[in-house]
Amino acid sequence: MTVPVDDGFAALRRMTRARIGLGRAGDALPNAPLLAFQMAHAKARDAVHGAVDLDRLTADLAPHPVIRVESAALDRATYLRRPDLGRRLAAGAAERLPAGPFDVAVVIGDGLSAAAVDAHGATTALALIARLGDLTIAPIVVASGARVALGDPIGAALGAEVVVMLIGERPGLSAADSLGAYLTFQPVPGRRDSERNCVSNIHGHGLSPAAAADKLAWLVREARRLGLSGVELKEDSPSEALTAPSATALPGGA
Amino acid sequence: MGRARSGFRHVYDGETHVFDDLKTLLACATPRRSGDELAGIAASSAARRVAARMALADLPLKAVLDEPVIPYEIDEVTRLICDGHDAAAFAPVAAMTVGDLREHLLDWSTDAAALGRLAPGLTPEMAAAVSKLMTNGDLVAVAAKTRVVTGFRSTIGLPGRLAARLQPNHPTDDPAAIAAATLDGLLFGMGDAVIGVNPASDNLGAAIRLLEMLDEMRQRFDIPTQSCVLAHVTTSIAAIEKGAPVDLVFQSIAGTQGANSGFGVDLGILAEARAAALSLNRGTVGSNVMYFETGQGSALSADAHHGVDQQTLEARAQGVARAFSPLLVNSVVGFIGPEYLYDSKEIIRAGLEDHFTGKLLGLPMGIDVCYTNHAEADQDDMDTLALLLAAAGVNFLIAVPGADDIMLNYQSLSHHDLLRLRHLHGLRPAPEFEAWLVRMGLGDAAGRVPPLGAGASAVQRLIATGEAA
Repeated sequence: MTVPVDDGFAALRRMTRARIGLGRAGDALPNAPLLAFQMAHAKARDAVHGAVDLDRLTADLAPHPVIRVESAALDRATYLRRPDLGRRLAAGAAERLPAGPFDVAVVIGDGLSAAAVDAHGATTALALIARLGDLTIAPIVVASGARVALGDPIGAALGAEVVVMLIGERPGLSAADSLGAYLTFQPVPGRRDSERNCVSNIHGHGLSPAAAADKLAWLVREARRLGLSGVELKEDSPSEALTAPSATALPGGA
Repeated sequence: MGRARSGFRHVYDGETHVFDDLKTLLACATPRRSGDELAGIAASSAARRVAARMALADLPLKAVLDEPVIPYEIDEVTRLICDGHDAAAFAPVAAMTVGDLREHLLDWSTDAAALGRLAPGLTPEMAAAVSKLMTNGDLVAVAAKTRVVTGFRSTIGLPGRLAARLQPNHPTDDPAAIAAATLDGLLFGMGDAVIGVNPASDNLGAAIRLLEMLDEMRQRFDIPTQSCVLAHVTTSIAAIEKGAPVDLVFQSIAGTQGANSGFGVDLGILAEARAAALSLNRGTVGSNVMYFETGQGSALSADAHHGVDQQTLEARAQGVARAFSPLLVNSVVGFIGPEYLYDSKEIIRAGLEDHFTGKLLGLPMGIDVCYTNHAEADQDDMDTLALLLAAAGVNFLIAVPGADDIMLNYQSLSHHDLLRLRHLHGLRPAPEFEAWLVRMGLGDAAGRVPPLGAGASAVQRLIATGEAA
């Protein structure tokens, strides 16, 4: 049985992106929703296992100087198994970073979606830097094998007062190219997630890079004014402290 | 095996393996998984893993009872386990080793009644220990013999039944969208275990709006089931105080005091929540009012694992659950992420373990058969685990429209998958719910839910409701 043209679900489908009214082939899914699901999962898998196009990213960020670093998780399998290694710099990487000081450092990390960085990384970074023209900005750091907390040793090595990590989020079936942004005041290894602010869901059906940059620029200025980031930096500009919604505080997240 | 001056040792082929203490022995004996490797406690070789199992097989159960893996003085979960141990129920197996217990559980003469009597005599650590000696097939076979029946408005866990949690989540908690997904599930005969929504935010007002919407829908169609908004336990208590229609109180729990603290709960607040839910007296066929979720890796993720392997800690979380007579308990097995369960092999094994240890301890076990997109798993693997769990007599499974949870961004089973399992194995929904499906024109006399066209009156009635929501 395939999905009838008028199956009575048309009105309900408009209410949600959930996969409802799929029809039945016996007890199973009909072909079209079965293959649509497989394609969505395939895109998510490709995003997780893809590699960021570093040369294109560097070119897109010109004329801003770019420094490439790697985390201690040197391949994808290690990265997925060992989040602790993705939070540390590879041996020798810190020496490639100038010792500042800078007001703000922007890091672009692959995280769990290379597709997110390819699609929105440069645009979001440039939009943010354009909104911070009065501040000193460190060379943009492009990090591979990165978890969110890799921004801490990078920011510390750069002597940055604030670090903003733009990173590929764990892909869902509805968006495989969602970018997240995590802001940390006075980054230093050992910062807790509750000491960061997050702007998430930067993608085609979510927050635009420009809107995300507006929020981030506001957060950068507030963090510097208050001398802190995280749960105590409340959202006049709508953003989220990391500890707020329990449902999104996944231990397996980036 | 011998008890060394400190710890345990096993000699095989002239090679001596030493394990410093019980938690080290358990960690080395457990099947390989990424979380124990991340914690740095996994066996350093495959041979050492089997040597640990050999040592564990010879270990008296009494020794497991006598050496808490986390000290009594510093952990209230340990105190709950030790103080709540039923020595009379333990007596029939008190002289056994862990290996003896495996064979005893598999023995034909150990039936559902015997397993039910034994449950209060087993500690979570004993359940975890024996599971480490069992094959996947063993885990299915013993679990299939256990019977744990609970009730609220429906009766869950009867022989020949498979219930479903309908999980109509939405990223912004939009009531109309949640109603639409709920209707989709009801048309497939889902929801007899619970209609349970994970709220996107832990906001009291939003939780109450969802509770009222779900309760209104339940009453309008007189559905013999229970609803639940899976907010934090303190939010549910506050909702009860405000007069909201709370059927079940939900909480994520873990196997150590520290990890529970990370969830913002302790045993006292769980008891308070249960008392509050019981005071509403909303159940009709039973008074099990708690719903718990657990998951291997949660304690490590909270940095509160005390060097204990994640499966033993999972069994301890189940030990917490059983103190509160829950209606439903499930592991969210593949949800925690590949740093804890790397691939489908590890997820499938853990799902069978969690179901087995829970049933052995006397819990009404379900499983969220699921995975995230950064795990090495796909929907075929979920088919495999679900089929195994149906054979193991799982009380309930979780079903999401099209297997795609658009709020939590992971994949579980679909409504279709649950229907297939019921029809393939001749399993029926909860009896009260089955009768309702027949009344609604959705179920047939054989307990099946046949495909219905859009013109069917049941479909039209339910869809009209959704459009009005």
